[in-house]
Amino acid sequence: METTSLIGTKNKKGQVITDVRHMMFEAPRTPSFYTGSEVIKEAIRRANVDVMIAYPITPQSEAAALIGELFAEGYIKEYFRGESEFAVMSQCAGAAFGGARVFTTTAGPGTMRAMENFPMWAGARLPIQMIVTCRGINSPLSIQPDTLEISYLIQTGMLVWHAETAQDFYDWILKGYMVSEEPDVHLPLALCCDGFFVTHTKDVVNLTPADMCLPPYDPYRSPVPCMDMECPPVRMMRDPFVMKSNYISYATHASWQQEVWAAVERSRKHTIAWLDGLIETENTDADILIVSSGTAVSQGREAIRLLADEGIRVGLVKIKTIRPWPWQEIREATKNAKHIIVPEFNVAGWLAREIKASIPDSDRVVAAPHVCGGMTMPPEIIVSEIKNVLGMRDHALAGRGS
Amino acid sequence: MSKERIKIAPEFFEIMPPEYQDLVNRATYGKEDRGWKDIGTAKELIEEHSLCAGCPESMAFRYILASLPNPEDTVMVGSTGCTSLVFPHVAVHNIHSLFGNQNAIASGLKRALTVRFPGRIKDVVVLAGDGATVDIGLDMTLQAWFRQEKFTTICFDNELYANTGGQESGLMQKGFVAKMAPVGKMFEKVRLPEIARESGCHYVVNCTVSKPSLVEKVIRNAVHVAREIGPTYLQLYTPCILEIGKNSMEGLQEMRDSEKPTERFAYKEYISEPAKQLLAEIAAKEKEKKAAAKEQLAAQQA
Repeated sequence: METTSLIGTKNKKGQVITDVRHMMFEAPRTPSFYTGSEVIKEAIRRANVDVMIAYPITPQSEAAALIGELFAEGYIKEYFRGESEFAVMSQCAGAAFGGARVFTTTAGPGTMRAMENFPMWAGARLPIQMIVTCRGINSPLSIQPDTLEISYLIQTGMLVWHAETAQDFYDWILKGYMVSEEPDVHLPLALCCDGFFVTHTKDVVNLTPADMCLPPYDPYRSPVPCMDMECPPVRMMRDPFVMKSNYISYATHASWQQEVWAAVERSRKHTIAWLDGLIETENTDADILIVSSGTAVSQGREAIRLLADEGIRVGLVKIKTIRPWPWQEIREATKNAKHIIVPEFNVAGWLAREIKASIPDSDRVVAAPHVCGGMTMPPEIIVSEIKNVLGMRDHALAGRGS
Repeated sequence: MSKERIKIAPEFFEIMPPEYQDLVNRATYGKEDRGWKDIGTAKELIEEHSLCAGCPESMAFRYILASLPNPEDTVMVGSTGCTSLVFPHVAVHNIHSLFGNQNAIASGLKRALTVRFPGRIKDVVVLAGDGATVDIGLDMTLQAWFRQEKFTTICFDNELYANTGGQESGLMQKGFVAKMAPVGKMFEKVRLPEIARESGCHYVVNCTVSKPSLVEKVIRNAVHVAREIGPTYLQLYTPCILEIGKNSMEGLQEMRDSEKPTERFAYKEYISEPAKQLLAEIAAKEKEKKAAAKEQLAAQQA
């Protein structure tokens, strides 16, 4: 059979469809000063997305609207505003069932409203990419940064990555499609960041050339049929197992759920290659380690700098992917640590729980500091937590009740 | 369009399942005048079903699948309920995802197919029960119509939640005593056909499935109008004989009784002006074709 490559050809906007390794790792980068929302737009400009479906909710509204501009410019083939997050995620599913590369964004209460869709996406093996700009989900109403919603996403069978910076975000949006769409993975990706801190602040981000884009999605590499009647089915089964109460029905459902989670595991090798590992480490021979994800890592870096000034050496583990969960990497990185500090932007401390469940001597884990409801996390409170662990006196921070 | 796409490589013919061989040999793909009369004489897109004996929904499924004008390029979207027990038996691509989100799924699907297959016809048909269409999914049903999404919505109206055991639904008649309506339903049957008209549907029909020829007509019209103009809605009475206390052989009579002029399933249709024009054009073309065929036949005989 004759085959042709799309690499080197141009799309309708004149962008060259580029080998993604070349585009991400070798092509020249242009430093640009952008907000996180603008960075999402710039990544999607280069992502060869077919369908984006939008709905307003703070703090992702700006990004969702900016992608509308890409549609108006012709970089995206279809775009509309749905009626609610539940509907939007179903519309995304419909588009993905029909073989399109799909993108959407949501946040906080929107994530919760749409929740029923996510295990369905994973079960149906739809490689949709959803940006989650995390915010509070509690009552009274809060629109402020808070990462609690990630703890709900991690049991859905989706891939869940947690970006620290706008640069992570930019690269991971593009690399995310590459992992998500692998035939042995073929799962949706929730690409999370801490709302406002990443979306609404400006940062220097090194962008790939605007005239290069990802190859288009090929729905016929999917492990499940694309619902487009290009390969019409015979009757799918004689006895639908959907709601039957018999062993074959249970076994079918059980094996499929296991397969979805096995696909999450199989994403490791691709993710390691694209993200250069599921974690990033610094000075893991130190007695004290800060282990975290998202912008809590950035605050941890500052705390490490402050402590270094006082002669206290602290190492760092940045967790990039929550699903797949890098438990082996974390075990290895923390094996010498006497104290493992896990700062988090949520009230539940879900990340600390995950870490405790992954390492020996889990009483080494200090599930603190926690801030939530939109509170910021000054590096000083991480410093304070570490000094507390070391039995050192520290000045209380006014107004924080410490 | 034809059976070309499902042709089996000769080397593999023998090892394919008999159902597939049968589909290739006897499917009505590409037959422009396919309809309910093909049932029993050509390969059907549904054979067995897992519904109760005598369920009118099973008749409706057969008539609809026999009447789709373009099954080789039609994708169906279902929802949770008795229909989701049938769809796995159906030989066109069909999607079940969640309960009530069928019109949202269809919106995304139709747009994706339009993007991926420019210049080609890909019909999308939603088929769901009244709970999915009117209660849990009403928002998405209406919003798809407001947005003028180009697909057909079919509601199998059995006036209750059948699959969960006969609970009250929005399309149930007022006063009907059911589970979750222990002293009788307190409010009127929701008037979805009227709401469909006001929400922007271009072709709306409310009827029973007692007459296969009528089902064929309304399905073909609904799909053609949805393809060219905008959303269409069919509300078909498929009584749940089990939950209304009837026997297996009484479904047909129940439908006939309910379609009398004063009853709630008396035939009712609404057709928008552009849809009327389209249907007239289609009818004129068909007439022309028939006349030409007649002429040709006469010439051959002469």
